[in-house]
Amino acid sequence: MTQYILRRLLLSIPVLFGILIATFAIARLIPGDPCTAALGERATQAACDAYNLRMGLDEPIYVQLGIYMRDVLTGNLGDSIRFSRPVFTIIIEKLPVTLELGLAALTLAILVGVPAGILSAVRRNSKVDVATMVAANIGVSMPVYWLGLMLAYLFAVLLRDTPFWLPPSGRLTAGLSSIPFYRAWGLPISDGTFGFPIFEFLSNLYILNSIITLNFKVLFDTIKHLILPAVALSTIPMSIIARITRSSMLEVLGQDYIRTARAKGLRERLVVLRHGLRNALLPIITIVGLQVGTLFAGAVLTESIFSLSGVGRSLFDAITGRDYPVIQGFTVVIAVGYVIVNLAADISYAFADPRIKLD
Amino acid sequence: MPAKSAAPNGNAPILEVRDLKTYFFTEDGVVKAVDGVDFYVKHGEVLGLVGESGCGKSVTSLSILRLIDRPGEIVGGEVFFEGENLLDRPLDSMVDIRGDRISMIFQQPKSSLNPVFKVGSQIVEVFQIHDEKMDKAVAWEKAVALLKRVGIPDPESKAHAYPHQLSGGQAQRVMIAMAMALQPELLIADEPTTALDVTIQAQILDLIRELNHETNTAVILITHDLGVIAEMADRVAVMYAGQIVEEVSVEGLFKNGLHPYTQGLIKSIPVLGSVQEQLNTIPGSVPNLIDLPAGCRFASRCPARVEHGLSICEEHMPNLLEVAPGHEVRCWLYEDAAGHTAPLKPGKGKKKK
Amino acid sequence: MTATDTLAAPPQAVKSNSLLQLTLRRLFKQRNARAGAVILGFLILVAIFAPAIAPYDPTLSLLDIEPVTIRQAPCIHLLGCPEDQAQHLMGLDGNARDQFSRVVYGTRISLFIGFSTIGLAIVAGTLLGAIAGYAGGWVDNVIMRTMDVLLAFPSFLLAIAIITILGRGLQNALYAIAIVNTPHFARLVRASVLSIKEQEFVAATRALGASAPWILFRRILPNALPPLIVQGTLGIAGAILEAAALSFLGLGAQEPAAEWGTMLGRERGQVFTAPYLVFYPGFAIMFTVLAFNLLGDGLRDAMDPRLSQVSKAK
Ligand SMILES: Nc1ncnc2c1ncn2[C@@H]1O[C@H](COP(=O)(O)OP(=O)(O)OP(=O)(O)O)[C@@H](O)[C@H]1O
Ligand SMILES: [Mg+2]
Repeated sequence: MTQYILRRLLLSIPVLFGILIATFAIARLIPGDPCTAALGERATQAACDAYNLRMGLDEPIYVQLGIYMRDVLTGNLGDSIRFSRPVFTIIIEKLPVTLELGLAALTLAILVGVPAGILSAVRRNSKVDVATMVAANIGVSMPVYWLGLMLAYLFAVLLRDTPFWLPPSGRLTAGLSSIPFYRAWGLPISDGTFGFPIFEFLSNLYILNSIITLNFKVLFDTIKHLILPAVALSTIPMSIIARITRSSMLEVLGQDYIRTARAKGLRERLVVLRHGLRNALLPIITIVGLQVGTLFAGAVLTESIFSLSGVGRSLFDAITGRDYPVIQGFTVVIAVGYVIVNLAADISYAFADPRIKLD
Repeated sequence: MPAKSAAPNGNAPILEVRDLKTYFFTEDGVVKAVDGVDFYVKHGEVLGLVGESGCGKSVTSLSILRLIDRPGEIVGGEVFFEGENLLDRPLDSMVDIRGDRISMIFQQPKSSLNPVFKVGSQIVEVFQIHDEKMDKAVAWEKAVALLKRVGIPDPESKAHAYPHQLSGGQAQRVMIAMAMALQPELLIADEPTTALDVTIQAQILDLIRELNHETNTAVILITHDLGVIAEMADRVAVMYAGQIVEEVSVEGLFKNGLHPYTQGLIKSIPVLGSVQEQLNTIPGSVPNLIDLPAGCRFASRCPARVEHGLSICEEHMPNLLEVAPGHEVRCWLYEDAAGHTAPLKPGKGKKKK
Repeated sequence: MTATDTLAAPPQAVKSNSLLQLTLRRLFKQRNARAGAVILGFLILVAIFAPAIAPYDPTLSLLDIEPVTIRQAPCIHLLGCPEDQAQHLMGLDGNARDQFSRVVYGTRISLFIGFSTIGLAIVAGTLLGAIAGYAGGWVDNVIMRTMDVLLAFPSFLLAIAIITILGRGLQNALYAIAIVNTPHFARLVRASVLSIKEQEFVAATRALGASAPWILFRRILPNALPPLIVQGTLGIAGAILEAAALSFLGLGAQEPAAEWGTMLGRERGQVFTAPYLVFYPGFAIMFTVLAFNLLGDGLRDAMDPRLSQVSKAK
């Protein structure tokens, strides 16, 4: 087992290096001069030379790559050109927004997608199955930004003045604010305290923060704001998960050991849930891992529709604003996150499937 | 001395299958996998069910437990078990029969065990399904004892093994342990040894026979190996293309098999010690179960039909008739009909071979 | 054994003809696939006859031509809109252009995007995959590790990054989408090449003096075709969706092109006041993508039930 995990870890190292090289290349290939981007159009040649020297931009490209790798590996992601703030700080601020949204969407996708898929498989060719699969087909064909806009119109405009009204943008109603747990508890933590970024990061997860500080007003408000974007974002993964669950379940239900379970006298419900689902989950784990990519892509669009200032939207703004330290930093974080999540999926697969241990 | 339930009256069979029909409604047409099967099993008896691949042996056995899945469906017949027609039961309540009073072991032991559960827990499950109050630790102990009983070395630790860590023979022993856990009245063994190598085969068969003797469990032993039948069975039902063509005691089968198909099967057994030029096999193959011929299903391959110049064979289906006490056969050689006189009577048939 | 295997090869090639028939028959037995094919046929007709269907020039502002205002609500005579007003089934957009005509013309762009990007990706992926699989060794390693890295990025973000390098615009968006789709096809073709390389009949054909490229195209590609078609059809669905999203963000097709994503992006701020300007283009995107998804799914089931595992292959 340990061996398997180690091998998988080792295998992802070249991919991680590839990602570093690719992000470096992307940032350098973006047209436009970083100096004018940083110092403005009217920067003098001398000022630019000084800037390039400071940033190592006068070095040969491979030296720059070396510097870049060293910096990333030591956790130094540089400073944003537009905001003159460390990229790292920006990530600490934006990542929780996306994480909260993504986790909410993924949870929703799994909680709806898996049971829908099971039901479809068990009642294959029934009306339920046909309806679910039609819905899933529409779901994977959904432009999430369109769905987001339509949901916003429906819940914020058409259902205004009803109990179903939901806010169409932002994380919190104006006037409410989420008080970081360390401040609510009066802990002596401030910018500069050791480990401050971690506290800041955790307190920016509003749901977590409001639960541990027992601030239910903020909690409900956060959830209310999260519903529409999370529903929009979850549509595609939910549909994909439902379809995979169905086909995986169908395959498993045709296996010999299912017949054995029935021959033992096990009730059909348990045959499906205990013997079927446990095996059908294996491919679902992999698919859920892969959905994280879809979620990141969807986050760019969803955050833009619902005015959430998360990683996706910031990255998009950075690209249009040629803020390449931010582009590099965010891309690295996203890609590494993606690789790690898929690694985690592979490893949980190994835990879930006893057969992996041998090979 | 039956293991459980009140002693049945006299020699009434424990299981009687009458005119069972199981069809598969596929895209290409209706596959009549089982098309009017009749046989019975007496208490404590081993009934051999033989026939070549695809003739419907597995579908028959699955139908008894009503384990037929779509697109298959049991479309007719009766399955009397201890006097009760199982096909009349609500499907939900079949779980009280399965695994407890009738249990089954399958052709592919390794794939018949769930790969993600320990074999011990898979046996424990049988106890817990049928006795919800049973303590997990007690059940586990019983499972280990069963593993020991079926000859698994080091059962304590093997109970913690996953199916992929077992050999095929061990997996089949586990399956048998599972099937015998609740001392069923009837065990259906569907080609339990086909996937195993010869020495293991003998051991598994010995095990089944021991269990049959010890607990008086009746056994339906499905196989296409007449050697196994000779060794294990008390009576034999020969199946061809979804029907029983002959039903007789095992001695009767080898001494006096009447149906031309049975005779062909017997001839195709390699004789130990004598070098045969070529293994005698029955020419041709099983008819397509979708477009079945009108008459006898064996007609197209039947050497006796040609020999006796019978035309009725291709037109009308013969009936399964009792030609001697305990000996039934489905063949125009032994049956009279309007405009047809059986060329062989059982008496003559006996002399013929 | 070898002899029979070699003998068995030619009939396999012959079989592919009936395989095609079998596939088509199985395809049209499925309700989903039939629905997909019907929708797609409809869209193709709309695209071809767009000039006849659309009542207005899709890029023409009607402000000085008819007595209209911008973002005017739909006027449908059947639904009681006064007969003396000009009919605008989906209203007018922010530039007072007839939205219905724009949605109709949008079919052309979207179908073009779908077919061209995936066509490009299939060509590139097939070449790369075939070279990698056939050459093996370091060539294989370089190509496939590059593909791995490309796949390590969420594809939409990678597409955005590529467009940032190449510059905005429909054409560059097409290249970006083609690039991010290439690795899937490369993997598919490589896997297929490897499995067929294993089979003896290639060795046998080679012994007869056939050249390597001949083997490649006559033997290997037909075998890789079914999964390519399936992946290709589903890929078109994804490509249309991604292209529309890029345009929505302002990175793809630019004004005044009648592209659905662009139309949506332009009017997104008006969703609360003029929802019809957002609804129709988005619905058109969904409808088109749905057609390809239904068809792709049907093809997958029709060609080989076991192919349903393809998408999860890592
Ligand atoms: N799910 C199914 N769908 C369609 N036809 C089926 C199905 N299951 C079985 N059949 C058909 O029923 C017939 C009988 O199958 P069965 O498995 O009972 O044969 P068998 O006698 O057990 O053969 P073997 O010795 O190979 O196990 C076969 O012709 C088979 O094609
Ligand atoms: Mg069988």
